[in-house]
Amino acid sequence: MYDVIIIGAGPSGMTAAVYTARKKLNTLLISEDVGGQTNWTNSIENYMGYQFIEGPELIEKFETQVKQFPIDLKIGDKVTSISLLDRGFEIHTESGRTYQGKAAIIASGKRPRPLNVPGEEEFRGKGISYCSICDAPLFEGMNVAVVGGGNSALEAADDLIKIADQVYLVSLTPLTGDQVLIDRIEKARNLSVFIEHETLSIAGDDFVSSITIKNVKNDEVQEIEVKGVFVEIGLIPNSDLAKGIVPFNRLGEIEVSCNGETDVPGLFAAGDVTSTPEKQIIIAAGEGAKAALQAYHYLQRLG
Amino acid sequence: MKFLEENGFSFQDINVASDKTAREEMIRKSNQITVPVIEIDGGIIVGFNEAQLKSKLGI
Repeated sequence: MYDVIIIGAGPSGMTAAVYTARKKLNTLLISEDVGGQTNWTNSIENYMGYQFIEGPELIEKFETQVKQFPIDLKIGDKVTSISLLDRGFEIHTESGRTYQGKAAIIASGKRPRPLNVPGEEEFRGKGISYCSICDAPLFEGMNVAVVGGGNSALEAADDLIKIADQVYLVSLTPLTGDQVLIDRIEKARNLSVFIEHETLSIAGDDFVSSITIKNVKNDEVQEIEVKGVFVEIGLIPNSDLAKGIVPFNRLGEIEVSCNGETDVPGLFAAGDVTSTPEKQIIIAAGEGAKAALQAYHYLQRLG
Repeated sequence: MKFLEENGFSFQDINVASDKTAREEMIRKSNQITVPVIEIDGGIIVGFNEAQLKSKLGI
């Protein structure tokens, strides 16, 4: 049995692992991937110590630091559920494995929010992308749609107007992103903005060929020919694994105290998956450290 | 790439953002428009999936 199992290897989970390892706790760090959302972050200018660093580079530095310690790393397996034992926790993974720990820290982060429209599942990766930073260059010279009205949608549109032929920005609400971004993209001649338009469906054969949208004011429906659809409508917490075990807030985030404690003694949570305000790399890392130290105190009390 | 390097495998890194022919080949072979795509002995892996990579490479 491990002293502590940390679920998720983003900034929060990796920081937690370094802290528990430095306290000589027998630590398992298990995650689908290394880095999580930070991998899809282009430029970071507010992680102290670096005036500028690319997301993947920062993650590489985190990973190098994690590997200095005797931490048991299991990457490429997803934790699907947690069960409570008399003394500790058992976690279950997608590949059918189970691991036991006296304490656990959930740092599973967030993932892109899906549109939940017909065609979305079918064309995922076949024209539909949730990562404009990764996939935008593949749509050179094509017509594409960006769905969303916040900063990530505006940034995607800003990237794509330089790469794609025509860009259609479809937002259910008026644009809510920063005015500087709105000003920058509105000048582009190859951008058409459809505000107060709902995305109804995405269609195609082998790959995406069109998106159907509806004006929510007058119910007018139109189909636009596009080969790419970038979905940028926010994020949802990866909290499913703790469903029924600990309370969530109305956003589905795990409720934590300022110590990173959940309602279950010995079960902690940190980073973007939690109710802690402000989702930032530096905050996730700090919260990970806090949860790790609380887990250490908890194990000491347990004796 | 780091994973392949660390495990001592040689590979060719192709930037499909700048190479249109390679991009078309990638889309045709993987039947996906997303990166990264890894080809190992004709087999295709979409995304970076360490478990899948390990089983393909026999490590």
